[in-house]
Amino acid sequence: MIPLDINGKRQNVDLPGETPLLWTLRDELGLTGTKFGCGMALCGACTVHVDGQAVRSCITPISAVANKKVVTIEAVGAEPVGKALQAAWVDGGVPQCGYCQAGQIMSAAALLGRKPKPSDAEIDEAMSGNICRCGTYTRIRAAIKQAAAKQGGTR
Amino acid sequence: MNAPVDRIPDTGAEASSERPVVVANVSRRHFLQGMSALGGLVLAVGFPSIARAADAKKYGADGMPNGWVDDPLAFVSIAENGTVTIVCHRSEMGQGVRTGMPMIVADELEADWKRVRVAQAPGDEKKFGNQDTDGSRSTRHFFEPMRRCGAAARTMLEAAAAERWKVPVSEVEARNHEVVHRPTGRRAGYGSLAKAAASQPVPARESLRLKDPSKFRYIGKGQLKLVDARDIATGKAQYGIDTRLEGMLYAVVARPPVFGGKVVSFDPAEALKVPGVERVVQIEPSPLPAHFNPLGGVAVLARNTWAATQGRKALNITWDDGPNASYDSTAFKATLEEAAHKPGKVVRNDGDFDAAASGAARRHQAEYYVPHLAHATMEPPAAAARIANGKCEVWGCFQSPQATRDLVAKRLGMSADDVTVHVTLLGGGFGRKSKPDYGIEAAVLSKAVDGKPVKVTWTRDDDLHNSYYHTVSVEHLEAAVDAQGKPVAWLHRSVAPTIISTFNPEAKNEAPFELGMGVINVPFAIPNVRIENPEATAHTRIGWFRSVSNIPHAFAVQSFVAELAAAAGRDPKDFLLEVIGPARQVSPETLGDTWNHGESPERYPVDTGRLRRVVETVAREAGWGRKLPKGRGLGIAAHYSFVSYIAAVVEVAVDGKGAVTVPRIDLAVDCGACVNPDRVRAQMEGAAVMGLGIATLSEISFKGGRVEQDNFNSYEVTRMSEAPRVIRVHIIPGDYSKPMGGVGEPGVPPIPPALCNAIFAATGKRIRRLPIRDQLKT
Repeated sequence: MIPLDINGKRQNVDLPGETPLLWTLRDELGLTGTKFGCGMALCGACTVHVDGQAVRSCITPISAVANKKVVTIEAVGAEPVGKALQAAWVDGGVPQCGYCQAGQIMSAAALLGRKPKPSDAEIDEAMSGNICRCGTYTRIRAAIKQAAAKQGGTR
Repeated sequence: MNAPVDRIPDTGAEASSERPVVVANVSRRHFLQGMSALGGLVLAVGFPSIARAADAKKYGADGMPNGWVDDPLAFVSIAENGTVTIVCHRSEMGQGVRTGMPMIVADELEADWKRVRVAQAPGDEKKFGNQDTDGSRSTRHFFEPMRRCGAAARTMLEAAAAERWKVPVSEVEARNHEVVHRPTGRRAGYGSLAKAAASQPVPARESLRLKDPSKFRYIGKGQLKLVDARDIATGKAQYGIDTRLEGMLYAVVARPPVFGGKVVSFDPAEALKVPGVERVVQIEPSPLPAHFNPLGGVAVLARNTWAATQGRKALNITWDDGPNASYDSTAFKATLEEAAHKPGKVVRNDGDFDAAASGAARRHQAEYYVPHLAHATMEPPAAAARIANGKCEVWGCFQSPQATRDLVAKRLGMSADDVTVHVTLLGGGFGRKSKPDYGIEAAVLSKAVDGKPVKVTWTRDDDLHNSYYHTVSVEHLEAAVDAQGKPVAWLHRSVAPTIISTFNPEAKNEAPFELGMGVINVPFAIPNVRIENPEATAHTRIGWFRSVSNIPHAFAVQSFVAELAAAAGRDPKDFLLEVIGPARQVSPETLGDTWNHGESPERYPVDTGRLRRVVETVAREAGWGRKLPKGRGLGIAAHYSFVSYIAAVVEVAVDGKGAVTVPRIDLAVDCGACVNPDRVRAQMEGAAVMGLGIATLSEISFKGGRVEQDNFNSYEVTRMSEAPRVIRVHIIPGDYSKPMGGVGEPGVPPIPPALCNAIFAATGKRIRRLPIRDQLKT
């Protein structure tokens, strides 16, 4: 039994410790908002937060996140940054197919968590691990800036 | 959506607790399907007739399997609380069709968008018309039928109100979700009229009053948010891979690594020892042709996807690689080049190339190569199925739900009436998901475990190793020019395995639909043109990839025009316009194009005036001719495809080490009138990014019959750091009375040649082989 804290809910899962967090979330806990894209931390579709850091859940064994705070796309909207990003995503018409966007928002939320006003270069650095095959990058960048501006108030 | 947990996307309106009341329950209409005879039909408001004589060749939606349907009973229902539910019968893969298509109905219906829900149709073309979501066709084929759906439902609501108030129907008018009696100002909401409207006859098609486009409230405005945006941003959106069914097993399949290979032996014992693995099932290979059939292999079924992948690793399979075991991309490139150096089947011949060339001042030639590509949709192929009581249900990300239904039925030996295909959102499609082999796999596996629900997930290496690849091609171009450098003779030999080989293994020539993608239907003002198509043999599954053969054809043609401009010492934009020639309408038939993207040659001639206009527009908007620092350059290209006209200007920066960056791309698009301009922009933005990846990074190559790329580290695609910071889209205004063009695909083809032309402007180096990767590295 491995004790997990997912979106504020503590639960034990009966799985081998090496099972990736991604498949535990999706197949065992029914949290399908976190997406599979590559299984090798190459595309970012599976990004979640572990203790506030952006982590690729496809290569993160559940044994490594025991008792740590895991937040997924389903709950990131409860945080002001996540909520602002989700609103900016809708407002800016960011998604096309939308499949990668949960991972994009999770990476962006972690970025804004440590850099409330990121530069273009900082956005590139934080977001280039997240592939969007539809090519929504210009809108992702604009939405991050919009959310950052909202978060920064009048500054 | 018809996922196990029923979910209708929230468009921001009040919650609906009641079941919808269908607007009407019986059809008194004669012609519900577009495939019926429709002689002489003309609609009221200057609406172009789609009618054709019954025996004439059919074009557009009329020419597609199961045509179109404009029956409001199939598409619209209204609940007593006023919620309007509109069915979207095309698959959403990012093009915005679940917003655009219902928007058309809602506009004619005078529905308040905040009170509209969108429901996804299952695969049922008899009920909904053609659902094969590819070829950039949805809007141009269904704009008119969807308008009529909305107008018919609106008319029924008006009739119900007039009857209730005992007033002439001419005195009432539907406005924003209610019907108003003009003389008295009396009003009735759509919800209150729903039941009465249901007993009204469906009006005859020819009696419908369609809105004047000046009265559109949504069409062409672009102010509406995507119906699925909120669900996507909050992780609630359901894709095929997200399907969960009670008691479901999770499967992955070990497929033959070489196309045409099969299992010799395997050992299920080790796989079954992996914790969580429940079953190992062999899937028989399908005989040729490949069609959309599963490749066969060995499936591992487990309690979760991870356990299944671990079990698969333990299978220890011995394969017989079959006849394609020596397929090698390097050797095959040489084979294609050899074919390109000899005459091939002549597919267009204007004037006399040889005579003109022998008398010309100078001759030029060049050869261009584009490799295989994989769609690499972010959601890999995935589907779930279950079988109970003689019925099979399938859930998945399908571009072609009716084909899925028919093929599942065939494979299981059932009637298609007993197969239901639920369409989820598609996490990218790009043509991959028009081939439902993965849906058939799910059904076959469910049958193998007595109908238990099974979901098949393709891992990324599965996706790259067992795809239906974009073809691989060599394009050989020759031109003879006069003393001013203007081409007087043009020879294009296009050599590429055909998509037809997937359906007929003997096919070796490009089909009309491939030749009609920018190799024969090039409308240049050149008197002597010969187009040839030497044979090529396919050694893997060849399939549609967004923009299809337009990619290699446009790359070659638009690069070669720029090469001729450089040889003549001319400005590439001016030279391109001169080669296009004066504004005129060219019949596709005179170009040897019998296909014309399936559209009528009269309604859709090749209009060089429109092609000129996108070139001129994009050049002006991009600041063509502006001074740039050393190592920077602008490149231009234009291409006509999917009956739309696109031109692009790419700005490139090449540093001292040969690294390429693209700060900005401008695109001008003339696709006729737009339903949702914001989505037209989005498609062009995405096409620019995908086109850039094709030009710079992406390649599928084979060695020993096997694909050499396994994941995004070796099959590279554009990331944010490589994407242009600025993409500007310039939409040429359209007229709703004129035929519409496609949007999803035509943005891609001009990008690679525009980029390579920019690189030439920046460095003097000419790229003729994609992807560029390290070709410029010093």
